[in-house]
Amino acid sequence: MKGKKLAILSALSASVLIISGCSSGSEDSSGVSIEVPDIPMHEAMGEFEGELNIVNWSGFVEPAWTDKFTADTGCKVNPRVAGTSDEMVTLMRTGQYDIVSASGDAALRLIVGGDVQPLNIDLIPNFSDDIAAGMKGNVYDTVNGKPYGVPIGRGANLLQYNEDVTGGAPESWDVVWELDTPYKGKITAYDAPIYIADAAVYLMYHKPELGIKNPYALDKDQLAAAIDLLKQQNQVIGEYWSDPVAQITSFVGGNTVVGTSWEVLRKFAGKENIKTTLPVEGSTGWFDSWLVSSTTKNINCAYAWMDYTSKPEVNGAIAVNFGMAPANVAFCASSPEAQAHCDTFFAEDEEFFKRIWPWTTPIETCVDGRKDVKCTSFQDWTNAWATVKG
Amino acid sequence: MTQVVAKKQSKPISSYLLRRTKVRLLSILALPMTWIVGVYIVSLFLLLITAFWNVDPFTSLVSPGFNLENFKMVLTVPAYIATSIRTLLIALSVTAICIFFAIPLGIYMAKIAKPWVRNLLAVAITLPLWAGYLVKIIAMRLVFTEEGFFNWAMAPFGIRGPGFSIPIVILTLTYLWFPYMALPVYTAIRQIPPNLFDASSDMGAKGFTTIYRVVFPLITPAVIAGSVFTFSLSLGDYLAARFTGGATQMIGSIIAQNINLNPPVAAAYSMIPIFFIVIYLMVARRTGSLERM
Repeated sequence: MKGKKLAILSALSASVLIISGCSSGSEDSSGVSIEVPDIPMHEAMGEFEGELNIVNWSGFVEPAWTDKFTADTGCKVNPRVAGTSDEMVTLMRTGQYDIVSASGDAALRLIVGGDVQPLNIDLIPNFSDDIAAGMKGNVYDTVNGKPYGVPIGRGANLLQYNEDVTGGAPESWDVVWELDTPYKGKITAYDAPIYIADAAVYLMYHKPELGIKNPYALDKDQLAAAIDLLKQQNQVIGEYWSDPVAQITSFVGGNTVVGTSWEVLRKFAGKENIKTTLPVEGSTGWFDSWLVSSTTKNINCAYAWMDYTSKPEVNGAIAVNFGMAPANVAFCASSPEAQAHCDTFFAEDEEFFKRIWPWTTPIETCVDGRKDVKCTSFQDWTNAWATVKG
Repeated sequence: MTQVVAKKQSKPISSYLLRRTKVRLLSILALPMTWIVGVYIVSLFLLLITAFWNVDPFTSLVSPGFNLENFKMVLTVPAYIATSIRTLLIALSVTAICIFFAIPLGIYMAKIAKPWVRNLLAVAITLPLWAGYLVKIIAMRLVFTEEGFFNWAMAPFGIRGPGFSIPIVILTLTYLWFPYMALPVYTAIRQIPPNLFDASSDMGAKGFTTIYRVVFPLITPAVIAGSVFTFSLSLGDYLAARFTGGATQMIGSIIAQNINLNPPVAAAYSMIPIFFIVIYLMVARRTGSLERM
């Protein structure tokens, strides 16, 4: 009930928020042009406003590093933890928050919706060459050549398996998709519309005739093929997870043998026989960045925060605390522990991340550059996702 | 005499209200009515009106308008229809199981058990209410995992649990809502005069005949009252399905999924449980038990 009321309130404020500004669309080098509201960027740093309201993933904003930030700048940090990308979008649209740690599937939605503003990178000196190459200039947070996000960290959606049962690493995702899987009823999948992209990644490899070039740029027929695959998976699935704790207990308790996971969840499961692998098809992943609200009143604190959290030691602390690859790879060389962390999470392994498709909000403009068709939007994905589980 | 006058003057509000009955009534009702209308009805109305609104397919932003697409979707998409029916059946099963266990338990507690056993049972029934709702669901999840308590305890008999599925959801919901059925039923049975049981047995009725012909008609209002709780709470639940249902989807699961992504569809879909409950209450009214509640 509370959730519903909140949604209505935010929907109301969101509709007020739609910005009247005219749209601009210019092409960039990748050939993808996306219409976005024209919002000016911050020109020069000024006085600190004294507070900063953050929407963040659990573990991104902790006293261990916010205390120093507050001492340095006088900006008091008020974090608000969100559980899903969709919740983050809803919260940002209330206009009560200055900055968000958005994954790519939330970022592009916020950019296109005019909820966040383009960034002036010159004001963020720590956004330097130390930031992993694979996290710069991606379509989810860089639109028409303009950067909207400052990278925080990334992780892959890996195939986790119980080695006692599988007897080795599965080479392909087919163990979670095909009807003849040996693990029927013991499969888990991520419970969100963005998981459709995982089906698309599988189809890209096994059904090239569908012509999928980017799992986030699906036309109607390609989406239908992905949904068919998901419906097929529904017949063999044991459980969908959105709650990390449920996923961990499911693997540890033996209900699940194979399924989507994150490296950090495997670590928490803490069992020798539970391992992860990146199958031959590649996979999807989440690349998180800071995005600044277009209606923020604390712009200078927001820029200071992005610069502060891009420092190797702070960025590394966030990455270690959450369990992901840090964006600032200079952190890795800082100590043997840091190097071990970076190795576990493939932080410096660009070859590994080349096989990962970062979560990106699907929009009508095909992000693979096709111009002759309209792609399916996130709304289509949401509606289609509801039909999968029956 | 002077004392009485002085007293009267010292309570101007009371004497004012004494003379004006309408103002008195208004002042009594003002606070609860503000609450009901301002907080309860208005927010419910705001929720339901969203069902007619539009969503921008590009940005998922909601804008006021009028369209029936959301209702069309809720009533035509096979997955939504299947989920509605599944949820209805789950809620009815939970209610039936609660009734089935509450009546014998109530009779035992009220008429047979020694006082200390009765108190012990009353505590046992209400004790789970002290634990958090989510804690209880997670507890059920842990009991029924593959390597959990149930499979461990039943292994010597060669019995294995069904894994996370609809039966476990029904069991979990029954566990969650059973006190809401057991307590009114127990109270109602306690109020049945003991001589009715004697009379029934003098007339040659066996135990089950007595329950069916004497006890049940007398406690129907309590059963209906309890079933309104078990039925409506089960209809609205989604966490039990999420944690103990495996891939089971209920009405609440779809609403929760859409609440951020597509609020109008969530609002439209929330009309379905409201519709079910209205039908349920109408049937209950037909039996005449609502008047006796």
